[in-house]
Amino acid sequence: MTTYFNEMFQDGRVRAPYAGLEGWTNDMPADRRLAKQAEAEALFRRIGITFAVYGEGGDPDRLIPFDMFPRVFTGAEWARLEKGIKQRARALNAFLVDVYGRGEIVRAGLIPARLVYQNEAYEQAVSGFTPPKGVYSHIVGVDIVRTGPTDFYVLEDNCRTPSGVSYMLESREMMMRMFPDLFRENRIEPVDNYPEKLRRTLASVAPLKCEKDPTVVILTPGHFNSAYYEHSFLADLMGVELVEGQDLFVDGAFVYMRTTQGPKRVDVIYRRIDDAFIDPLCFRPDSMLGVPGLMDVYRSGGVSICSAPGAGVADDKAVYTYVPEMVRFYLGEEPILKNVPTWKCAQNDDLKYVTENLAELVVKEVHGSGGYGMLVGPKSTKAEIEEFRARIMADPSNYIAQPTLALSTTPTFVEEGIAPRHVDLRPYCLVGERIELVPGGLTRVALREGSLVVNSSQGGGVKDTWVLAE
Amino acid sequence: MLLTVDHVTRYRYDHPVRGVVQSHRLMPSRFDGQKVIDWQVTVAGGVAGGAFRDGAGDWVQGWTVAGPVSEIEVRVTGTVETTDLAGVLKGHRETAPPEAYLRATAATEADAALVELSELVTGAENVLAGCHALAAAISEAIAYVPGSTTADTTAAQALAQGEGVCQDHAHALIAAARAAGLPARYVSGYLQAGTGVSDEAAHAWAELYVAGIGWIGFDPANRCCPDARYIRLGSGLDAETAAPIRGTSRGGGAESLAVTVAVQMQEQ
Repeated sequence: MTTYFNEMFQDGRVRAPYAGLEGWTNDMPADRRLAKQAEAEALFRRIGITFAVYGEGGDPDRLIPFDMFPRVFTGAEWARLEKGIKQRARALNAFLVDVYGRGEIVRAGLIPARLVYQNEAYEQAVSGFTPPKGVYSHIVGVDIVRTGPTDFYVLEDNCRTPSGVSYMLESREMMMRMFPDLFRENRIEPVDNYPEKLRRTLASVAPLKCEKDPTVVILTPGHFNSAYYEHSFLADLMGVELVEGQDLFVDGAFVYMRTTQGPKRVDVIYRRIDDAFIDPLCFRPDSMLGVPGLMDVYRSGGVSICSAPGAGVADDKAVYTYVPEMVRFYLGEEPILKNVPTWKCAQNDDLKYVTENLAELVVKEVHGSGGYGMLVGPKSTKAEIEEFRARIMADPSNYIAQPTLALSTTPTFVEEGIAPRHVDLRPYCLVGERIELVPGGLTRVALREGSLVVNSSQGGGVKDTWVLAE
Repeated sequence: MLLTVDHVTRYRYDHPVRGVVQSHRLMPSRFDGQKVIDWQVTVAGGVAGGAFRDGAGDWVQGWTVAGPVSEIEVRVTGTVETTDLAGVLKGHRETAPPEAYLRATAATEADAALVELSELVTGAENVLAGCHALAAAISEAIAYVPGSTTADTTAAQALAQGEGVCQDHAHALIAAARAAGLPARYVSGYLQAGTGVSDEAAHAWAELYVAGIGWIGFDPANRCCPDARYIRLGSGLDAETAAPIRGTSRGGGAESLAVTVAVQMQEQ
């Protein structure tokens, strides 16, 4: 029987970070809890924070469940996490500049050329280009799980457009509104300056040809996108325009936005659309979402695109296994955060091990996300495992496998009161002229008892994440 | 050899369009086999946009034309001094690694027939000899028949029907070479073929990467390697990414295209 690290209770005692919450929960009668939960749901519904779930049918504007029990880190715990996350963000960006430049890490034989240059996320179109300040990934979402008091593992890196930061901000706002006393009694680091830090980060990578205060916009695929709420939310909080492809156009060497006062030059585009769609003259010619000619402006220094096209090659799940090597190679440091041991089904020995041990492993698609197309061995039936085995054998290089991690639990409000549920953490590291991390992130919780899958598409919820001031 | 080029592409729109955006790869490559004497690209009524040299060494130039406009003319004129290097792309500066040209695209996906052809390379004692054998086999397998294929025809389709144009020859050669583990790419340019104005003067061929030598051009459509009659413009994974002109218009109706190309040998 696996034992799981409970972040609040250890050996019958309450761990230090949660000391301030013990009285709070003990004093909360069931009827008050239910009333508060109803209040939270009504608030979320009113502000309209919803998250469409692909492939499940049903209500596309369904709420992600919010759990009121906060997840807490001490200042010291966070300091170490922060160092590790920033280290990773620096290494990932160094890797991206390298593989679109001289490819030293490939020449050094530390990562197979095939994995980089034949990767579908490798964009030939930006080969030879170094974006302003040498940054490809401006918002790095690092998914972290905890298995013990000092044991943290990185599950995956998200170097393109990690979503969910709106939940970090809304969860905090919700808690402050509903439980103001908690924020007087506990010294909790603020996260509400994230939008301003994001705006500063984006402005700091303005292109060379920008001579004034840079104009930043968010480029969204539109309201039918599952993260549209977040796009408009961030635009509002940053005080920048939310635009669609048709609102932008290229004239000469620059990109302009149509406004009621006439065309306005745009310097930095925080795009929330995929590479393939951003410019039909460079990528998919049938894309209607992008801006024709954008890539020529970008490559000639007339506009910055965040994240930079091509950044996806760093967050590929097979490339992930080499991140510790990247940290050593580019930074000359030992990685602070551990990688989860990963078997690459593209390699014969690994494939053999994986297919013989499917019942104990988690198997993922190399390019999958959102908890789709994965197998959690210990939670699957024989038939599900056999079906997945056939899929792996049909295309081994499309899969990686990892051991089933003993994800930590935190107390969570459930039907019958409070019970431990498994959690992960996605902090958002900002990379521009400086590297910054707001103290906190998105804690996702697997609400179903025993479930280890925290994705919102698979029954996951969110929690407020606290970092206590030292 | 001195080659002069006069290449006119005219776009006509049924109804005036609100604007046109284009991306050009219309500058001769810089390598030991060609020296630009003079070269000019004009877009009537256009504004030159951002320009840069990409990782493959190509000069890319953006253009925009403000509407309303119902006709656009792109004209390329110039003179290049060429030298026969037996197809070898010597002295070409590029940063893109050859390994980046091993990836198949929709147009260059190898089917069983193309994989079978690739054995001419994998089974050869000498890779270079294998490349020549493969290029010759592609020439044999796909007869040059203008109009037999479209811009969207894939390598596998062209091989199956046994007919095609230079784009299809190049795609098939690229697909088979990649299947053999050789980096391969699509090259667009001009060819001085005979005298006068020729529709084949805007040409395309393939380059294969042979370790120890580098990139080597093969032109299965003409059963040869590019020589002094060729002008190289740019390259890509396939015809789409190597296109000399990629463009789009905003609004308006149907577009019709007229191209004339004259590549002539200048009397010395």
